[in-house]
Amino acid sequence: MNVFDFAHAFFGDGAHWHGQDGIPTRFGEHILYSLEAVGIAAAIGLPVGLVTGHHGRGGNALASIATAARALPTFGLLVLMFTWLGFGLLPVMIPLVALAVPPILVTSYEAVRSVDPPPVDAARGMGMPEARILLQVELPVALPLILSGLRTAAIQVVSTATIAAYVSFGGLGRYIIDGLAQRDYEKVVGGATLVVGMALATLGVFWAVSRIAVSPGVRRSG
Amino acid sequence: MNGFFDIPSDLQYGYFGLIGLHLREALLPVLAGLLVALPVAQLCVRFRWLYAPVFGVTTVLYAVPSLAFFVLLIDYTGMTETTVMIPLAVYSLVVLVPAIVDGVRSVPPETLAAATAMGLGPVRRYLQVQLPIAVPAIIAGLRVAAVSSISLVSIGMLIGNQGALGNLLNDAQIYHRPPLAVNSVLTTAVLGILVDAALVLVRALLTPWMPRKGVTR
Repeated sequence: MNVFDFAHAFFGDGAHWHGQDGIPTRFGEHILYSLEAVGIAAAIGLPVGLVTGHHGRGGNALASIATAARALPTFGLLVLMFTWLGFGLLPVMIPLVALAVPPILVTSYEAVRSVDPPPVDAARGMGMPEARILLQVELPVALPLILSGLRTAAIQVVSTATIAAYVSFGGLGRYIIDGLAQRDYEKVVGGATLVVGMALATLGVFWAVSRIAVSPGVRRSG
Repeated sequence: MNGFFDIPSDLQYGYFGLIGLHLREALLPVLAGLLVALPVAQLCVRFRWLYAPVFGVTTVLYAVPSLAFFVLLIDYTGMTETTVMIPLAVYSLVVLVPAIVDGVRSVPPETLAAATAMGLGPVRRYLQVQLPIAVPAIIAGLRVAAVSSISLVSIGMLIGNQGALGNLLNDAQIYHRPPLAVNSVLTTAVLGILVDAALVLVRALLTPWMPRKGVTR
């Protein structure tokens, strides 16, 4: 039996496709956790990164914050929050958000800061207010890099949201954690395959979004 | 924080022993990743068409959750340190290859031409010109790889207590001693920050020609 046989056995078993512990349910839960975590992280990281990038100051402080957040062990933080706060979605969201904020923060800062100065100066010379310069000039030009930061964060969250199962939550991690406890290798392999598939689908979504959202002019020069 | 440093005797080592184990489990894979990434990156620079497939494969590997990776390896390497270190080496490789490729590609062509004109062969040109100029980019990749590796070792707790400082998390739960979990998280975070600072220092030492200002970044 190798990995492929296990995966085949897992996906071939009809019992894995229905009910509370079925693949569709777990898949939905996993997507929900991931979207929530990336959404919260983007709500924190994007505005801060964009504004500091626009002013071009505070890069050192941002880099230190990002390093500190990156150094926090995600799994340890999960267990710690679980022991402190008890069962709930909050102990799961805190480590996932802490994981997703650094790449979003750092890349959006770098993206806006490294926008070519001439178009920004032209916009300022035409009398655009600073907020419009940021949103209508810098943001579209910086978008490919910003999206790559979001993509890194999303992939890490999708693959790490598996640990939510360790504190009794759902998601695809259930198969991995339960399979490990039950010595049920099929389950582990099946769960891992599903997570990898979802991560690849995330890549695909970001590719499609960048096709639609990034202005053709910016894409050509990048 | 009573019993903060009072490590239960079911773990492999005392506090400092666990720190040593944690550093070994986290940093050996980064070193291995670097040793593999250097030639792979060089090949990608040489043969441009190679970069896209290599980048694709590494992106897929990076998407494999660490826990799943550990568990899949148990069949081959058992519940050992090796099982924790192999995935970490792969993740390091994934972070390092693009960093090194970007670094080596950023060497200006005039500089390369000058090196060739001075009679440097391809090997010496690589070792004495391209690699030193790429040092800042390589160190930037190493910082991300090392810090995330230190953070990921804790998950090894789930496969037969191979998580070094992460093992404290399990003990915190089974003995109802939350301070141990605090200890685990704080010590791991401090280790990550210290290793990051050490790499920044290494960069400053390896690139004496760089301006001193902004060394902290």
